[in-house]
Amino acid sequence: MTTHESKPVRVALAGQPNVGKSTVFNLLTGLSQHVGNWPGKTVEQKVGTCHYQDWTFDVIDLPGTYSLSANSLEELIAREYIIKEKPDVVVAIVDAAALERNLYLVSELLPLPVPVIVALNMVDVAEQQGIKVESHVLEAALGVPVVPMVATRGQGIRELLARIQDVVCNGAKYTPNAPDIRTDHKDVLERIEVLIGDHVPPEYPRSWVALKILEGDKQLTDMMRERLPQEAWNEVQRIIKQHEDACVAVASGRYTWIARMVRAAVVKPQAGQITLTDRLDRWATHPLWGLLILAGILALTFGLTYAIGSPLQDLMDIYVVGALADLATNALATAPGWLTGLLVDGVINGVGAVLTFFPILLIFFAVLSILEDVGYMARAAYVMDRFMHLMGLHGKSFLPLFLGFGCNVPAVMGARVIESEKARLLTILIAPLVPCTARMAVVAFLAPAFFAAPTIVSWGLLAINLTVLALSGLLINKILFKGERAAFIMELPLYHLPNGRTITLIIWQRLLAFLRKAGTIILAVSVIVWILSTLPSGDIESSLMANFGRLLEPVGRWMGLDWRMMVALLSSFVAKENSVATLGVLFGAEESEAGLAALLRTIITPAAALAFLVTQMLFIPCVATIGVIRQETNSWRWMIFSIVFLLLISLLGGMLTYQIASALGL
Amino acid sequence: MRDQSSQAGRVSSSMSNMRSLTELKSGETAIIQELYGGYGFRSRLAALGFTPGAEITMLQNLGHGPIIVTLRSTRIALGRGEAQKILIKLDRENNDDARE
Repeated sequence: MTTHESKPVRVALAGQPNVGKSTVFNLLTGLSQHVGNWPGKTVEQKVGTCHYQDWTFDVIDLPGTYSLSANSLEELIAREYIIKEKPDVVVAIVDAAALERNLYLVSELLPLPVPVIVALNMVDVAEQQGIKVESHVLEAALGVPVVPMVATRGQGIRELLARIQDVVCNGAKYTPNAPDIRTDHKDVLERIEVLIGDHVPPEYPRSWVALKILEGDKQLTDMMRERLPQEAWNEVQRIIKQHEDACVAVASGRYTWIARMVRAAVVKPQAGQITLTDRLDRWATHPLWGLLILAGILALTFGLTYAIGSPLQDLMDIYVVGALADLATNALATAPGWLTGLLVDGVINGVGAVLTFFPILLIFFAVLSILEDVGYMARAAYVMDRFMHLMGLHGKSFLPLFLGFGCNVPAVMGARVIESEKARLLTILIAPLVPCTARMAVVAFLAPAFFAAPTIVSWGLLAINLTVLALSGLLINKILFKGERAAFIMELPLYHLPNGRTITLIIWQRLLAFLRKAGTIILAVSVIVWILSTLPSGDIESSLMANFGRLLEPVGRWMGLDWRMMVALLSSFVAKENSVATLGVLFGAEESEAGLAALLRTIITPAAALAFLVTQMLFIPCVATIGVIRQETNSWRWMIFSIVFLLLISLLGGMLTYQIASALGL
Repeated sequence: MRDQSSQAGRVSSSMSNMRSLTELKSGETAIIQELYGGYGFRSRLAALGFTPGAEITMLQNLGHGPIIVTLRSTRIALGRGEAQKILIKLDRENNDDARE
């Protein structure tokens, strides 16, 4: 294939949330896309390539934002990319059914020094509501290409590519009618512009910086404070002080400009039409029915997990992992024992741990992405917001956290649906406190052995975890994020049928990301743990890990636990259910679980057993969760913070439990 | 919370028809008059279309918890605390209001 230039054309996609931006991105890039993070940030970055005729377009998906102020990390990333990296063209995707609000972002894009093409998406949805947009009229008004599209059906994508080629490659005339919103503030703006003058870095348009400073933009104000001489800065500050209402006034100005742009182009129906969304929302956002619908969806999800996910997991365990282990054992029949051990118990078990996550991840990711794509996610967030409020969290944190009851891995990865970076990080950090099925399985084994009412103990443990979760949420929020709770302002998008392609791609990307990043960490750690529990003598009782457990005995004594119980806790790091198996090995009761239970009862007191259960419920998350925490926060620091935080909390919880339970005479 | 309502209260005593968005009943339509709160908050709301003069319709106000409104053809859910910082004037009062 021949290409016109050595450097491919760079196309940036911009758009507000819920306008079908990812559908357009998927259409353009298909499987060529790569999902990562913006450098140094926890915000997702998607890039891909697209071939049109003999051109190659590098497509970059900017974060979905309502404007280009400095209100969120997403907005900063989007505008910094446009200004500093100067893509060849920005495609602004707008929802034809809510054109007025959607053009707000366009009004912010036009003053920037990069050509804009407007992709007028969802014209079908708009027409269903009786809204007709004359795209050529809009094009004439805005002075930029406008391409009507129905991205879910692939309509308009060819035309979009042709217009991109026109603007970038053929140098078509580009004369945007940039919004003139200066009427109210004309003099003030001119004064600021003169004052900041040559001190503005060359890549920034001067008038844009002046306007943003007047609006109160923190980032640009800070930038200019550093660059301006003291006198000029004082003068600028004096002007800003006199116009404190400017951020609302400037926004109003943009909306006035938008109203002028759309007046001729849009035919709107009379208000008062009852739409499908209206009808569905009567149920979905109802204070009682809304909660019941949500509960039903969750029940269905977990039902699916148990009906399909768990059997699949077992099958994979037997036929993939088991078969691999047998194969390796046979192949290595003559090899030294340590090599077989390393391969079978270390590597293949590690791979197995990664693989057996797949069915459950598949189901949870599918549910999350379908709910998001259909538009239900925002309703669930609305219904749950009141409760999540109590933890300093946003309603959108609810679903990912709830999935944590199945497995913490999708809970951490699912936090991607939360737009606000802080709320997302907070959700990731407290997600491991949601007790997953593996941890509850340990409880289900140990509780009946020690207590007359194991059910009450299990519910009690659950309550402890959720209380600790709520308190941690409040604490982390207060200390690390200075108590700022992201304001609850959320768009409720129109409901629409899910797009199979979008959903499949999301599931595919998430699984791939898990395999690539978390998978390698999981594998490495399981090998290391195998080595620690084998060296130097070959059996766990005299291994490095056992020695480490003995070192921890003084800590264990506070919780009534001997070194073997401490080693069992440590081994739960690879997978939570391991702690029971480790206890079996260490107490030499391998033959049956019932035998182990009976044996344990003679060795430890109920108080110590309770302390053990509390500690293991709150303990460091399993390595798979740690792996995705590293992957999703894109930071070793937060991963280590999470480990240390949970280690401290769990040990503290264990000690408190033992002391109180002993005092009560258990 | 008390802070904001007292702020809103002070304003409504001087301009008789202004009230906070939380007082709007389900199904009622009003015109946005003013926004209160920090810069970041006002600027976020303004970008979403909450600007003075914009028409806003209450879809769901249960008297507690978050509310749902439509504004510029978009449904938006707002926390109660957030809604309290938006001052509105009822549409029907708009007509017999001599001051404006």
